[in-house]
Amino acid sequence: MDFDLTKAQKLLQESARTLLARECPHERVRELMETETAFDEKLWQSIAEQGWTGLLIPEEYGGLSLSLVEMAAVVEEMGRACLPGPFISTLWASALIDVVGSAEQKKKYLEPISAGDTKATIALIEQSADWDAASARMRADREGNHYRLNGRKEFVTDAAIADVIICVAWDGKEIFILPVKQGAHGLTVTATPGIDATRKLYRVDFEGVLVPASEVLGTGGRALEAIDRATSVATVALSAEMLGGMQWTLDTTVEYAKTRQQFGRPIGIYQAVQHMCADMLLMTESARSAVYYAAWTVSENDPQARHAVSIAKAYCSDAAREVGNRGIQAHGGIGFTWEHDLHLYYKRAKGSEIMFGDANFHREQLAKLVVDEHTD
Amino acid sequence: MDLNLTPEEQQFSDELRAWLKDNVPPPWEGSNDNEEESHAYFNYLRDWQRKVFEGGWAAISWPKAYGGRGASVIQQAIFQEEWARANAPMLVNGLGLALIGPTIIVHGTEEQRARFLPRILSAEEIWCQGFSEPNAGSDVAALGTKAVLDGDHFVVNGQKIWTSIAHFSDWILLLVRTDANAAKHKGITALLVDMHSEGVSLRPLRQLTGESGFNEVFFTNVRVPVSNVLGKINEGWTTAITTLMNERANLGTSIYVAYKRNLDALLERAKVTTRFSRPAAEDPVIRQKLAQAYLELEIFRLNTYRSLSKLAKTKVPGPEGSISKIFWSEFNQRFQQTAMETLGPWGQLKELDDNRWVYGYLRTRGNTIEAGTSEIQRNILAERVLGLPKSY
Repeated sequence: MDFDLTKAQKLLQESARTLLARECPHERVRELMETETAFDEKLWQSIAEQGWTGLLIPEEYGGLSLSLVEMAAVVEEMGRACLPGPFISTLWASALIDVVGSAEQKKKYLEPISAGDTKATIALIEQSADWDAASARMRADREGNHYRLNGRKEFVTDAAIADVIICVAWDGKEIFILPVKQGAHGLTVTATPGIDATRKLYRVDFEGVLVPASEVLGTGGRALEAIDRATSVATVALSAEMLGGMQWTLDTTVEYAKTRQQFGRPIGIYQAVQHMCADMLLMTESARSAVYYAAWTVSENDPQARHAVSIAKAYCSDAAREVGNRGIQAHGGIGFTWEHDLHLYYKRAKGSEIMFGDANFHREQLAKLVVDEHTD
Repeated sequence: MDLNLTPEEQQFSDELRAWLKDNVPPPWEGSNDNEEESHAYFNYLRDWQRKVFEGGWAAISWPKAYGGRGASVIQQAIFQEEWARANAPMLVNGLGLALIGPTIIVHGTEEQRARFLPRILSAEEIWCQGFSEPNAGSDVAALGTKAVLDGDHFVVNGQKIWTSIAHFSDWILLLVRTDANAAKHKGITALLVDMHSEGVSLRPLRQLTGESGFNEVFFTNVRVPVSNVLGKINEGWTTAITTLMNERANLGTSIYVAYKRNLDALLERAKVTTRFSRPAAEDPVIRQKLAQAYLELEIFRLNTYRSLSKLAKTKVPGPEGSISKIFWSEFNQRFQQTAMETLGPWGQLKELDDNRWVYGYLRTRGNTIEAGTSEIQRNILAERVLGLPKSY
């Protein structure tokens, strides 16, 4: 048993850290968050050149065929850099296509995603704001060789920059997964500015959008299972991103506590400040254990994978917020300014806490698995 | 990264499991609340450790030359998990096996190793640890128990406190001040002291749980041969650090299994205790709290495995052990509160589950104090892991 990254995994992570420090400094994050889509083509291309857009995608579709553990190692560094843009959205969509798509569909979508030519997202939740895919009620009605989509999706990440929006809809009986091209007739994408300006959210309206029946990615129980699997993958990646944000906040706060002087001494000499930092360390390291365990169990199809994903997201959701709270408090006034970078991470943490279900959501998932199933 | 057991680890696990299956005695049925019964329980545990020793399982982490198996840290973790899973009784000489034996292995002379280690393994001699004093708790190095050289003996005078199992012990690893003029860490010596020596007396301390697990120990002109110095004279702090690092390095895997058993018992109770005519297990708030307990306990296990993987490479327990100490002690306090909330009025009764919940709830108050308070553990993390300046 070895619960540690291998040498190759560590090298991959270090190279991600180096590249992102160079290509995505905080000045760039701030510039991008002021733009409409927070997307930077040049930055996206340098990520694609590393193979990260296809890191999980099978080699036959131009990917690297690596595991979720490697993905977590890279995404952790994206979190440390507070990388803006559609990486998690595209990862979520590509994981779904990889699980549910036909060979032809995989070739069509996964090859250009691997190459960095296509960005994608998933339009799942609606006004009810329910992360349970089975609750999707946007209509998809059969009309000859097409499905006609009518309805509204909310909280769709990166919808304005995605080349394809994978839509989860309902025909009155079962769930459908359908790809909708950006710019399709009847599709309206409206920005809904939120707490985190580095990951944009949109309201997406479908007014009679037509999708050829041959393009349907999946239906019914199989579609729900596929969404579940893809969302597990993306949830682990998002948790890894949250971990990277926690690590940045911890490092930055400790550095500040060593240099900031009050009463003639660095504030890090005072136990009130030390203990906040120690708590941040405890939470960050515990999040690390949870994230990599979840990455390993999902990639191994371990029977504990469902538990592990909810453990990771529930813990990271609370811990990322609490680490941010302590980081701002330990910084004092400067931590409350727009000028300091802490708020970039603080806001990202809140947005991520909500995405794919918060701690309460995942604790209820765990209760279903552990309290209801308990037969000792 | 690979969380599967290697074939060697699996074989070790199978061998141990088979041995436990054949040898674990029936659980102790008597009580533990009067002197006669506690002695009977103690003898039950001592017999058990002898059997374990004869099976070659008493101190698997010790080098083979001293009666151990030279087990890897992963094997040690497997050992603790299997032990707890088999509901095997504790090893009565736990302090000797986990803390004092390893310290003697590092700092002892060959004569000391030959004299003491075999009797620690067989439980022929029980050990306790004499570090804390009334005025030296978290600040152990402020200790004042004095030892003055008189020919080839030290003469010891002073008092120790919070000394677990002193009332059953034959020997004590004692920290004494041998140079009052040196800086506080420099004038300390570690002595191996026979508890049956003239001038040693003790008084049990009753805990808020009602039991007496630890003691005050008094030393009045106790004569200790110089040959019983462990390490060097006036360099006892180095010896003590070895003991303390072993204390913090407690692998945590047995704690996990014990706590998992508590959680499982609570999940069962949650089905039969009701709220508004429905089982507590269906109450949304209780469900949140039970799920939180479950996920924290799992993270404790995962943290443990990550530390073990690191320890397997570095070989030296690091200050990260403080994360584990804070985590399990504070988890247990939160868990016992969740248990009380889940059990409702029944939680306060000693008759429920043989006093499991009342005792468990009260006992957790000690968890964040014993083996280094939470505050000391946070100081260690801040200063030794994060590199913040020392506050004292």
